[in-house]
Formats: sequence, structure tokens, C-alpha cells
Amino acid sequence: MNNLLFLPLLIPLATAILGLLAWNRRRLQRLLGVCSSAALLTVGLMLLYAVQQQGVISAQAGNWPAPFGITLVADLLSALLIVATGLMGLCVTIYSLADTDARQESLGYHPLLQVLLLGICGSLLTGDLFNLYVWFEVMLIASFVLLALGGQREQMEGAIKYVALNLIASALLLAGIGLLYGVTGTLNMAHLALRMQNMPHTGTIPVIAALLFCAFSIKAAVFPFYFWLPASYHTPPIAVTTIFSALLSKVGIYVLIRVFTLIFPQETLAGQPLILAAAGLTMLFGALGAVAQPELRRMLAFCVVSQIGYLLMGLGLFTTLALAGSIFFMLHIIAAKSALFLTTGVVARLTGTSRLAELGGLYRRYPLLAALFLLPALSVAGIPPLSGFWGKLALVQAGLQSGQYLMVAAALGVSVLTLYYLSNAWIEIYWKPAPAGAEELQYLPPRRRRQLLAPTLLLALISLVLGLLPEPLFRLCHSAAQQVLNPSAYITAILGALP
Amino acid sequence: MEPVLAVVIGGLYAAGMYLMVRRSIVKMIFGLALLGNAANLLIFTVGRLTRGRPPHIPLDSTLPSLPVADPVPQALILTAIVIGFGVQAFALVLIKRVYQTVGSDDQDVMVMENQGQGSSGKGQGEEA
Repeated sequence: MNNLLFLPLLIPLATAILGLLAWNRRRLQRLLGVCSSAALLTVGLMLLYAVQQQGVISAQAGNWPAPFGITLVADLLSALLIVATGLMGLCVTIYSLADTDARQESLGYHPLLQVLLLGICGSLLTGDLFNLYVWFEVMLIASFVLLALGGQREQMEGAIKYVALNLIASALLLAGIGLLYGVTGTLNMAHLALRMQNMPHTGTIPVIAALLFCAFSIKAAVFPFYFWLPASYHTPPIAVTTIFSALLSKVGIYVLIRVFTLIFPQETLAGQPLILAAAGLTMLFGALGAVAQPELRRMLAFCVVSQIGYLLMGLGLFTTLALAGSIFFMLHIIAAKSALFLTTGVVARLTGTSRLAELGGLYRRYPLLAALFLLPALSVAGIPPLSGFWGKLALVQAGLQSGQYLMVAAALGVSVLTLYYLSNAWIEIYWKPAPAGAEELQYLPPRRRRQLLAPTLLLALISLVLGLLPEPLFRLCHSAAQQVLNPSAYITAILGALP
Repeated sequence: MEPVLAVVIGGLYAAGMYLMVRRSIVKMIFGLALLGNAANLLIFTVGRLTRGRPPHIPLDSTLPSLPVADPVPQALILTAIVIGFGVQAFALVLIKRVYQTVGSDDQDVMVMENQGQGSSGKGQGEEA
């Protein structure tokens, strides 16, 4: 009945297989990639509409009834993120038509990107904890290869750190899932939530919660586990960095929200000071790291870490408004941060560098590019009327309502730091005169320029429109947060009527 | 049997962690493999050890006669072993490529040579 739920998995999977069959036909692979991402976006929107109309929808793979088979489930939160995944897939695929070089494409870049999207969609839709681990691994193995694709020296170093830390996280996750099965005897997330409601939360359960929190925190790059991200994200091609920063760490946050509201609500409340401290320190250390970077891509990688803190803050505050703010902020940051990364890629392609000291004077030649950096930069910093402002407003308001004044102060202080380093970067790249001895700018043929600029422009415009008209999306995020905090609809959709 | 396995699992985790903090990336991969095995053995043990009672259902019944060995942990472990195999194979190829491009398997050498180029992981840590 709800076969729509399988499409976000089948489309990328089929495209990846077809892409592998068409190994030597790069044009066909490109075409397949663009079509598949567009189809994924369409299916995501259909799914969002269906969830809005019918509430939480679920499907059982192979028709095995719920706690025994593998469940796919979509609520508003996962549907919204599927839409974001489709959008980012489309933008990055179009961007990489012009940006990815022939060698990387001939090594299977497009099929790998589809496998990555498959893993992300799987992690977002699964309703089974062990199945989640499997989807994480699908996502990871594709990301490993994408990160190391091309085999530059710098990439190798980044890849080693990324692979090691993510595999440790997987081992922790596996141990946590195994222990949880030993205690509760089930792996279906809805079933787990039911059983946990009727269990004393002592002994091993807080330990399991801590294990899973650490595992997901490593994947989401939360303090103190964030250091692998700035060490590796600046090395691969910019299109790959963009999709990693837009989606991979967000999947970590999604899973944190899902698992800790559904299965461990008591532990989340008990661990609130710790979660908030981790959120605040993630923001602060990310921002301080970004201030110190002389190179744009490393700065943006630290900026990714810093923004993760805001997403975690919503979970830590654990109120509807806070989670709504987090979800809105997540969608905003996916668009705005990706636009920043994509313009950085264009700048690097024009000038051959992304070191701030060697850049300058681009405003005179490319005012549109300057605007495309400034708009998302101000949005990320949270200047009204751009999208970042509304997410931060909701989070700050929720923080004040819960009396977490220190957290609010950290969130606002980090915003100022963000504004400082991003505006500083803008001045360095576009405003200051070009340094003496700067090389002549590369010429970009019009077709390539369109392929590079169209997705960037789209994402920047989304950030602007979300800022000017936040109401419809914010209302959706609010209902998503309500669904997440009152999981009975989720549980009923999977297990049928409650006894 | 459980206490013995608990000690073995603890030993595997300790050895894996020790190997992972070594500077040599080859030892790091060995450490990863040990961590994976430790996690698998942990799942096996917490899934209850039941000897010689396969979960067969007699013909005239709809339930097996309890107690039986739970097949789910074994299915989980089997999946995890397969995934771990793939990931470790990739990691081995990766360290071979790293050794070819860097010329060393020592992580400190990678960082030091990178510092010569201006910025490095270590430097960032201090500034942050």
C-alpha cells in the first residue's frame, strides 16, 4: 500500500547499478545521475505530501509483520530530510557536471554518489535499529571511496582519519545495538520504544544510551568527537565536500533525534546538562577553529562543526519549540552552507586557490558571485530576514523558556563569531584589492559557468525565500517536532493499534 | 561460559584500542579488525548462550519447546562479519595507497610533512 516508501531506495539503487553497467559511457552516467536525483526529489515531495495528508506511514518489507520484519517508516521529519536529500543530490550532480574532472568520473563518481544517496535515504527511512547500522555502513563505504577518489596525497591523509574514526563509531554502534537486543529482545524501533516504556531505566540501559550517543556523536561530529571532520572535509573535490557537509553529519543528528526521543526519552532528560554542554562546546570550538583558519575550505569545515552544535541544542532542550527550531535550522543550514561551499568551489576554479591571503578583488569582476557568497554567509550567521535568523530565534526562545541562559548566551556569542569570520572571509575574497602577483583568472566557458552557478543560485535563493516566508516551513517543522516528541502515532503506524 | 567470554571480549577491546592509538596505520587496521570481532562476540554473548537447543518447531506445535538458542544474534553477527569484511578490505587497500603516496606508515611523519606546507592537524588543535 505504501510502496512510495520503497522508491527513495530503489531509484538510487537502480541508477547505481545502471551506472556501473555503463562504466565506460560517461555521458550516459551523467544523464542517469541527473535524472535519478530529479526523480528522488520528486518522490521526496510526494512522500512529504502523503505524510502531511495521512500522518506517519509505514511499510513492511516482504510483508513480514512489524516487530519481525524490516520496517520502513516516514514521518514529517524523515520526509522533510528526504526532500533535502533529493534537492542536494540534484544540485551536487549538476554542479559536478562542470566541476568533477574526467579521471574521477571514469573511476565511477556518479554511481558512487547514488550509493551515498541510497545509504542516506535508507538511514532516514528505516524503522529497525540493526537495519540502521547496515544503511550507515552503505553510506560510509560510499563516502570512503568518494573521499579517497583520485588518490591525491592530501586526500589520503584525510581519508585515513575519516575511515578510522567512522569505523570506531560503527563498532560502538554495533556493540550498543547488540546490548540493547540482549536487554529488550527486539530491534524494531517502535517495539523498542514500547518495551522501554515498561522497563526500569537502571543498570545497563543508561550505559547503552551513552554508547549509542557516543557512536552517533562521532558520526555527527559533536564535541569532543568532531576533530576528524575538519581534518578530512577540505580534501576531496568541492562537490563531494558539499554533499558530505550537507547530509552526512545531518543524518547523524537525525538519528540522535530519532533514537533519543523515541527509545531513550528518560535518558535524554537525565543527560540534559551533558547534551547541552556538548552542544555549546561544539558551537564554540567549531567557531574558534574557523576564526583561526587562513584557508577558506578549512574555515567552512570548522563552520560545519559549529552549526552542528545548534542542531544538538534543540535535542538538549527537549521541547517542541526547540526541536522545531532544530529541524528548521537543519533544513536552512543544508541549503545555506552548501551554497557557501559551492561558491568556494567556483572561486577556487577561477583563481586556482582558496587561501584567503592569495585571493582578493573578485567583487569587481564577479559581483554576482560576491552576492552568492554574502547572502548565505549572512544567513548562516543569522542576520534577519534570512533563513538562519528564524531557526536561531526559535532555539533562543526555547532556551529562554527553559531557563538555559548559559546555552542561549553561547548560541548568541557564537553567532557573533560566525558573523565575524564569514564577513572577514567575504572581505578577503571579494572586497580587498587583489594581491600583487595574483595569477590571471581562469576563463570558464558559458555552459560550464551555468552548470556551476545554477545550483548555487538555487540554494542561495532557497535560503532567501525561507527567510522571507518562513511560516509554511516552520509550521511543518513544528508538526514534525510534535510528532517526534509524541511517538504514539509513530508506534501505532508500525505496530498497529496499541494494546 | 559467560565469564570466560566476557574476559575474552574485554581483552579484544583492550587490544583493539591499544593498537588503534599506535602511530602505525597498519596496526590501526588490525585494531579495527579486533574491535569489530569484539563487538560481534559481545552480541553473541548478550544474546544468551544456549547449548545444543536449535530453534526447531515440532510438527504438532507452533512454538519451539523452550529454552532454545536465539537465532537473531547469529544473523546479526553474520551480517556484521560480512560488512566488516568489506570495510576492512577497503581499509587495507587504502593504507597501501597511503603508503605509496606518503612513503611511510607512521602518522606522525604524515603530519610533520604537512606542517612544512603551512598548516596541519596538530597546529589547528593548538589554535582551537
